Formats: sequence, C-alpha cells, structure tokens
Amino acid sequence: MALTTAPEPTRPDPGPVRHSEGLAGYVFLSPWLIGLMGVTAIPMLLSLYLSFTNYDILTPWSEVQWVGLANYERMFTADPSYWHSVRVTLTFALIAVPLKLAAALGVALLLNRAWRGVGLFRGLFYLPSLLGGSVALAIVWVNMFNRDGAFNSLLSLFGIQGKPWVNDPDWALETLMVLAIWQFGAPMVIFLAGLKQVPTELYEAASVDGAGRFRKFRNVTLPMLSPVIFFNLVLETINGFQGFTAAFVLSNGTGGPVDSTLMYTLNLYITGFTDLEMGYASAMAWVFLLAIAVITAIFFSTGRFWVHYSDGEDR
Amino acid sequence: MVVVTPTAGAPTGAGPTTRRRPGGRPVLRLLILVAIVAVVLYPLIWMVGTSVKSQEEIVNNIGLLPERFTPGNYTAGWSNFDVSFGRFFLNSAMVSLLTVVGNGISCLLAAYAFARLRFRLRGMWFAVMIGTLLLPSHVLIVPQYILFRTLGLVGGDWPYLPLLIPQFLATEAFFVFLMVQFMRGVPRELDEAARIDGAGPYGIFRHVILPLSRPALVTTAIFSFIWTWNDFFRQLVFLSQLEDYTVPVALTLFIDSTSQSAVGPMFAMSVLSLLPVFLFFVAFQRMLVEGINTSGIKG
Repeated sequence: MALTTAPEPTRPDPGPVRHSEGLAGYVFLSPWLIGLMGVTAIPMLLSLYLSFTNYDILTPWSEVQWVGLANYERMFTADPSYWHSVRVTLTFALIAVPLKLAAALGVALLLNRAWRGVGLFRGLFYLPSLLGGSVALAIVWVNMFNRDGAFNSLLSLFGIQGKPWVNDPDWALETLMVLAIWQFGAPMVIFLAGLKQVPTELYEAASVDGAGRFRKFRNVTLPMLSPVIFFNLVLETINGFQGFTAAFVLSNGTGGPVDSTLMYTLNLYITGFTDLEMGYASAMAWVFLLAIAVITAIFFSTGRFWVHYSDGEDR
Repeated sequence: MVVVTPTAGAPTGAGPTTRRRPGGRPVLRLLILVAIVAVVLYPLIWMVGTSVKSQEEIVNNIGLLPERFTPGNYTAGWSNFDVSFGRFFLNSAMVSLLTVVGNGISCLLAAYAFARLRFRLRGMWFAVMIGTLLLPSHVLIVPQYILFRTLGLVGGDWPYLPLLIPQFLATEAFFVFLMVQFMRGVPRELDEAARIDGAGPYGIFRHVILPLSRPALVTTAIFSFIWTWNDFFRQLVFLSQLEDYTVPVALTLFIDSTSQSAVGPMFAMSVLSLLPVFLFFVAFQRMLVEGINTSGIKG
C-alpha cells in the first residue's frame, strides 16, 4: 500500500554537496512546515493540555482549572451517553463497512471483463461517492426514508405499510448505513484497478489445472487482490468512524431519535460546541485519535497473515 | 460456460478467442448491472422529481415524476430565508475557489521539496506528512477553533480565514502525496538537462516541474473544489452569521423549519447545490476516476 512508501533513495551525488539545494528544500517546504506547526502540532498539544482542564470558551485563560484525569474518568465511568456513542459508531462501522466493500467488490467483478460500456457504468456507480457526503444528499436521504418518502412508496407497491424509518430509534442508524453502502463506487474503482493487475496467466494456469469459477476466485483473485482489499478496509473503516454529516442532518444535530444516531464525532461536536465543554471534548478527541491509531495498528499487524504480496515490490 | 484451453505460447489478448474466457453470459451480466444502476440512480431521480412537485403531489403522488411541473419551488427556496441563496452560493464558490488556489500552490511547493530536493531530515518530514494523512480533522477542530478565536479570526470582518488559512499551508496531505507520486514519474534527465543549462532548484521548479505538473494540479483542483463545496463540518463550526453561511450550512436551516411546506423548496435548493459537483463529474469523469486510482494505489 502506498502509505508505507518512503521517498526514493537519492541517487549517488555526482558532485560536491549543493548547499543551495538543502536551503531550497526548506524554502519550498516552509508553507507546509508552518502548517504542520500552527494548524496541526500546536493544536494537538493544546488539545492534550485542554483535556486535563475544565476549559470552556467563556472563562478567561487565567481561570482555567487543571482537573487532572477527571475528564477521562468521567468518560470511562460516569458518562453513559459517551459509551452509547461508542456503541453506535462501532455498530455503524462493523455493519456498513463490510457491506459496502462487498458491494464494491461484487460490482467490480461484474465490470471487470472488458467490454464496451464499462466506462459509463463505472462513472454512474462512482457518482454517489461524489455526492453522498453532502448535506443536500443527506436531506434527500432522510426524506426518502420518512413517512411519505420514496422507500415507503416502493413498499406500498407490495402492499406493505411502511413507517417513518428515520424517526424510529431501531431503524434510524440503518438508514444511514444504507446511505454509506450506496456510496460503494469509490472502493469499487480501486478494486477495478486492482483486478486489472492480476496476471491473466494465473487464471489460465488455474484453468489448465481444472479450477472452476469459484476456485479461481478463491485461489487467484482473492489472494492477488488482498493488498487492495486491505487498503480499502483501512480507509473505509477510518472514514466510517468519522461519519458526521448524515447523522447531523437526520437528527438536526442532536443524535436522535433517542440517541440512536449519536456518532462519536457528533457527540464530540455537541460536547464541544453546543455544551461548550471544550476540555471534555478534547479528552474525547484524544481517545478517538488513540482508538483510530490502535485499530490501524491492529489492521497492519493482522495484515501479515492474510495480505499477500506477489513480490517485495509492493511493500 | 465455455472453457477455452489456452494454446501453448499464444500471446495473451492475441485475438477475440482468448478473451472469451469463462464468466460468459454477457446479457445476464448486463441485466444485473442495469438493475444496480437503477437502484443507484433512483434517489437522485427522485430528488429531482420531488423538487418540481407541488406540495400536494409530494404527499400524494408516489411516482417519480410530477403530473404537473412546478418550478415554483426553486424561486420559493431561493428566497426562503432573510438572506437569498444567491449569497450562500457566492460564499460557497469563494471558499471553494480560494481553497483550490491555496491547495494548488502550497501542496505543489511541498511536493517538489519531497520529490526532488535533498535536504536534512527529509525522510523524517516525509514520514510525518504521511502520518497526517490519516489524522481525522475532528480531532483538531476544538483546539483550532480556540486558536483562531484567540487570534480574533472567528466571526471577524472576514470569517473565512479559519477555513482558508490551513489550505494555504499544505495541510491537505492527500494532495501533497498525490503530487509527490506524480513528480516521481517526471524523468530526472529533464532536471539534469536544466541543471547543465545553469538552472538551480528554483529554475528547475519554474521551468521543468511546474509546467509538467499540470495534470496533477488539475486533479488537485477538481478534488479540492468538490470536497470543499461538499464540506460541512468545518463550515458549520466556523461560520455563525447568516449572511456568511455557505450552501451546506444554509441547507440545514430548512431542517429547523420542520413545516411540511418547506419540503419542495428544500429539495429544489438541494438539487441546485449538487449541480456544480454534477457538472464537474460530467466534465471530468474520467479524470476523477483515474485520480483516485493514481493516488489510492501506489503510483
């Protein structure tokens, strides 16, 4: 996967070290360096500090109190809605991400064989990935699964009496999952590119050995595609944890009905910007960051057992 | 199912026969694909259809298209709030276009340093840049808000600075990475030739890398525009005055007014807000699809 590529080794230097180049490097890098410090690093440290305080935006800095681990303690022991939001987020990611990837892979396999019209289908399937993250589409989605929405119209054709799904705590999160799965196009495009890389010879060799379609998929396609599956899995999981817009629109920023769409980031937003408990929100942000780091690390350490690299070059 | 036994030594793709491998039945596959397209496009068509239905038809007509075409939702939605949607569209366009400029310049500079120049700690900075790729923006929003507010930039005379400053400082690591990958494909012999002609690092950037990086710049520009146009989280946090609102933030005002009569206008404005993204999609479809390929998988 791309993320682990280091910069290519510099060629052996033909002449004396060019000092001007070293300076130029930092000149070109300076906007990025300033951004790294001012927009990323310093805010991160500030956030770490704030997570040990009771800071809200209203009190002056001189009156901010150091509260030690109180925010973290509260989060882990005394805040049921925090754990509820963790559950909502995990449920969402655990169901929506595998289904989305399965849809992406399935459609990619259908599209993979070269024939006319692939480009058109690929484009149409990709369109939802461009539109799906917007407020506008979330609005459409919520109405589609509301009482008079298109989904219930469809059900009524089969004589089924629908209900306002988005107002039902048992179903609201599911409608958001469907919205996520609807955007299967982006991972599909990446799968398609991966499928093109599988050498035809492998399929031909498998045919000679008498392998049927399923065995070829199991023994050739899946292992050869595993680096791409891995890439999509990491990316989509991290994205899935950050779902915010649709949950905000569905619940008008509350996480309702009955906290059923209280995604982690929405909870963080409400804590920090509605309740103004910015110290507590900072603690939430840090736990979120650590959780994502741990999950990514778990992916990478288990990847060794199922991600197959055809040769050293992909690593 | 047809099993084609490959002839020994036949080059792959030599003729149509080698392509007719198992997995045949193209008609069935086409039917499945068309069915999936219908499911995928249904919400979009329903959205457009509803936006031109009268209030009465929205409730009673379950068909996709209206019996009577009602464009009134568009004019009603346009002036539904004290500030017209024209203003919101201008605000969104300004933020998106300036983000395109900022990302283009700052990410290109950083990418050139990473891809071509040798300087101390380059490997470490590159690793840091890759590390920030996976950093969720939600984690930084609270301290960034506090810092920008302390600097007097939140709700100031021009409240878009907190949205734009990071974009001029190459904080979108994704684009830096995309450009680094692209520049690695530019032959180093061109640098050498320019160097022999007496060009230094700045000259090489100006006369070799900049002109050759146009495809990467275009990809960056398109994605920057679409992502910023669709972005909601940061704009929600940093914009507080109605006249400063961008389109996504303004759209959420419709949700507050829960009255049923707002559904038509709300859909009309939703359609309008997606229109620029859709036009980009139509114009640059191939490039967008290739874009996530080159950047997603190793270049």
